[in-house]
Amino acid sequence: MFKHFIILQWKSFWRSASLTSGLFMKLFMGFWALWLAFISAIGGVAIFKLLKDTLHLDPLETINRFLIYWWVADLLFRYALQKMPIINIKPLLLLPFNKRKIVSFAFGKTVFSFFNIVHAFFFIPFSIALIRYEYPVQNVLLWNIGLIALIYSNNFLNIILNKKDNLIFVVGGILALFGGLQYFGYFDITIYTAYFFQGLYKAWYLSLIPVFICILLLLRSFRSFVKDLYLDAGLAIKSKSVKTENLDWLNRFGKTATFLKNDIKLIKRNKRARSTVLVSILFLFYGLLFFTGAIETYEGPVWRIFAAIFVTGGFLLSFGQFVPSWDSAYYPLMMSQNIRYKEYLSSKWWLMVIATLISTVLASGYLYFGWEVYLAIVVAAIYNIGVNSHVVLWAGAYVKTPIDLTSNKKAFGDKQAFNTKTLLLSLPKMVLPMLLYAIGHYVYSPYAGYALVTVAGIAGFAFKDVVFNKIEGIYRKEKYKTLWAYKQKR
Amino acid sequence: MITVHNFTKTYTGNTVLTIDHLEIQKGNSFGLVGNNGAGKTTLFSAVLDLIKPTTGHIENNGIKVSESEEWKSVTSAFIDETFLIGYLTAEEYFYFIGELRGQNKADVNGLLSRFEDFFHGEVLGQKKYLRDLSKGNQKKVGIIAALIGNPEVIVLDEPFANLDPTTQIRLKKILKELSANPEVTVMISSHDLMHVTEVCERIVVLDKGEVVKDLTTSAATLKELEEHFNK
Repeated sequence: MFKHFIILQWKSFWRSASLTSGLFMKLFMGFWALWLAFISAIGGVAIFKLLKDTLHLDPLETINRFLIYWWVADLLFRYALQKMPIINIKPLLLLPFNKRKIVSFAFGKTVFSFFNIVHAFFFIPFSIALIRYEYPVQNVLLWNIGLIALIYSNNFLNIILNKKDNLIFVVGGILALFGGLQYFGYFDITIYTAYFFQGLYKAWYLSLIPVFICILLLLRSFRSFVKDLYLDAGLAIKSKSVKTENLDWLNRFGKTATFLKNDIKLIKRNKRARSTVLVSILFLFYGLLFFTGAIETYEGPVWRIFAAIFVTGGFLLSFGQFVPSWDSAYYPLMMSQNIRYKEYLSSKWWLMVIATLISTVLASGYLYFGWEVYLAIVVAAIYNIGVNSHVVLWAGAYVKTPIDLTSNKKAFGDKQAFNTKTLLLSLPKMVLPMLLYAIGHYVYSPYAGYALVTVAGIAGFAFKDVVFNKIEGIYRKEKYKTLWAYKQKR
Repeated sequence: MITVHNFTKTYTGNTVLTIDHLEIQKGNSFGLVGNNGAGKTTLFSAVLDLIKPTTGHIENNGIKVSESEEWKSVTSAFIDETFLIGYLTAEEYFYFIGELRGQNKADVNGLLSRFEDFFHGEVLGQKKYLRDLSKGNQKKVGIIAALIGNPEVIVLDEPFANLDPTTQIRLKKILKELSANPEVTVMISSHDLMHVTEVCERIVVLDKGEVVKDLTTSAATLKELEEHFNK
């Protein structure tokens, strides 16, 4: 029976219309995955050495203190990035497959997910280091079994959480609360949880707890999955009552307003598009990693610009990447209307500019780390608006992946809130401003670096029309191909 | 109004549509019938410049559709659900199309009020996005949206499919009114021979990508079509 599922998966991969770009992306992602695995492996040994030899701490105890955050962060990451176990379920329902078989296969796939495997790259080298320093083998093994059970608990917990829209915010909120309490020294939850993780190592019966929880979650998620395999349950399309919106105040944008009104509704009413807003909020906090000096390697001045680009450009990067794919579902309509491409594009451009400005204002919290930090942010904002806004639109013109805006409505559809691709493809846009800054910084002074980036940003405005014309040309030239590509459902 | 010149469309060696010459007069109501795969949607998509002909070209009002976009302001169409914006309510969608076609809200409301019986109270004020409407109601929205902005060419692919009997009868009335207007050229396709003979002045039968019959509708047309498809 499983043979059929595997053959179906195989065919759906190789026969998908977007194979060429899909394959390239897969290789690209594969590279990053390997790199991440490699870094983790090095990290496993390096952290052990660091804790033991430099800080003279017990590596195991120290790691155990932080494991609670690791566990919760893993859950949040999964929620945002891990795809739900989907195989085209509807057509299988009527075939003589046992429902439990369908679900087992879907679940079996998640077991081998990258999100589960990646942890091994850290913990196996770390455990080997432990054993080499004469920690008893069977205890280290017990500890590992406990951790593996916890990782897989997350795997199944994620499946349950994915069906409920708001639960994850509760989890995130609790994490932030305890993190804050610990940071400000009121209450340190890790002292208590460290007992538990230490217990996994010391007492064999304690490692049964996560195993037990894991099995419980597996059964629970399995049952709810099987139970929901009905057209009017898990596979049902929920519709809620909505009302017509005017947004007439946007008419001041002139001709662009027609599209702007639509784009705002697009973002408000589609989970997939809404998540770009969520991403930009997350990226607002990204700078904390750099400006607090939390990570040593990021202390270099050039990294400041890198961080600042992300802090102000989260929305720009994640939304702009997929223009015009956001409109893929009704692209034939757009193409048969008398549309001025310039108005269409400038609507998206305005959205990105407004979002960047809002991010810049919100980022004023970084003034806490000194006005120079905020200066970097403002400079990066100018660069984002002047250069990156054009670059992402330009790059987006070549992206022909159809976006299924409604996917979030199917309980078993593509739940992924935002795309890993988006993040990876945005890396090149970082390099140029970093280079410019580095040139200014090392040749003359930091301010010269900022000035160079600012000038580049302002100069970017001059090219707005050129780039828009170029994009218009691409849209026209690629019209038939794009229409064809959007017709292929993923 | 619409002229097809030496048109062929080939997909990987398979020719799916060949039309040497086809001219549709202004004010005509033109019906296209044919079995699945006969090339009906291919022809309509090519008229709208959504696919590129392998050879030949199509003119709309004397303009080559692939070279200029002037024809777009006088042409409207509803082919399938990719002409609907799923996350809008019906009203928002009508106003959006209206704005693209230079109509303000009052114009659009005026037009909609004429079709209240066609909507049968299931489209306007529904508190639902288009994607949550039934197939039939989505079709109603698409058809009426294609009438916004006084288009001179209206292309509807299988407008009768998915509609309930009452709506089919009302749609026939609407289409007859449109074809009575000498300024409006209507192109429809249908699998229902009865509807198409009732509504269209001229009927072309496609078979495996070729025109096999070109009839001016008369009392004998329905019988002739039935005989053709009964072979």
